[in-house]
Amino acid sequence: MPVRVNTSDAAFLAMLQDRYAGFVGSSERAEMEFDIDLTPPRVCDPEADVHVSHYQGRWLLERGDFRAEWSPDTRSGWIRQSANPYSIDAVLRIVHTLVLARQGGFLAHSASAIRNGKAFLFAGVSGAGKTTISRLAPPDATLLTDEISYVRKQDAGYVAFGTPFTGELAKLGENVSAPIAALYLLAQGPENRIDPISSAEAARSLLANVLFFAEDEELVQSAFHAAFDFVSRVPVSRLTFVPDSRVWELIR
Amino acid sequence: MSRLYVARNPRVAARSLDGEMMIMSGRDSTLFTLNKTATIIWQNADGATPLDEIVERRICVEFDVERNAALEDAESLARELAGHEILQISEEPIPQRKPNVGESR
Repeated sequence: MPVRVNTSDAAFLAMLQDRYAGFVGSSERAEMEFDIDLTPPRVCDPEADVHVSHYQGRWLLERGDFRAEWSPDTRSGWIRQSANPYSIDAVLRIVHTLVLARQGGFLAHSASAIRNGKAFLFAGVSGAGKTTISRLAPPDATLLTDEISYVRKQDAGYVAFGTPFTGELAKLGENVSAPIAALYLLAQGPENRIDPISSAEAARSLLANVLFFAEDEELVQSAFHAAFDFVSRVPVSRLTFVPDSRVWELIR
Repeated sequence: MSRLYVARNPRVAARSLDGEMMIMSGRDSTLFTLNKTATIIWQNADGATPLDEIVERRICVEFDVERNAALEDAESLARELAGHEILQISEEPIPQRKPNVGESR
């Protein structure tokens, strides 16, 4: 979803172009737009929670290091932050969860990659192995993200898109997409194996990995039902793996 | 002793899958999976049927349990679910709104 960022600060713009390299394109195609209001750097609590609220048709986003506003009607907003890449990155993640929820999609804590024209998602909490399995990906696999998967509903299925939202691997995904062929719930163990799981466990596990920021009933309802629809259309299994590249022999 | 009425909170999202009832709080997106007794209470919580009737007609039949003990457990469970804002409880019948399109029961 193309985003136009308006700033008069050349150094900040250059920093964004560098951070989002591979995802930078023509601003004519923008589907959302933000004006950046840069403030002097200040000390912030790195553990501060995000607060997202809905007020008179606009979303207000707030964390220790930024304040932002997003209007779904005009698809525009502003971000007030210091000249750092992390604040705008957080705002873009949050706004995408808001936009995707209304379209039947979501962001999920999962790595994702394309192989043989099909996208595979690898979901799990921190430490489950998202970064490890991304690092082990063979040359013919295209990494979409090692941290936050971008999932949109399209026709009768779901499509995963590459994102510049990185995790520990600190490597941007590729700006490509593919239909999702499977979602694997990651577990590390003594051997590589794929085990079936019940639909209920699949839905429960996916919901545990969907990103929720807004305390908003309508959005929760949308994401909740999207997760159930997803598991009714996409095979979900448990992938147990040892940390070596042979696990990818199972992913085709 | 007054009767207790129970009603589903329309502000939660709910789905049943593989016999498991899952409910997500619209307030803070906490996910709950109901056990069998809680599922029966949830499914019959129409705001008009008293909890003791739900216990007698559904829970006692389903689990072959003694009425008074089952009712005591059900009331405790209903109050716990109300504490999570999954259910509404009242000593009077609770009027229900029509569900929105897409809501599941």
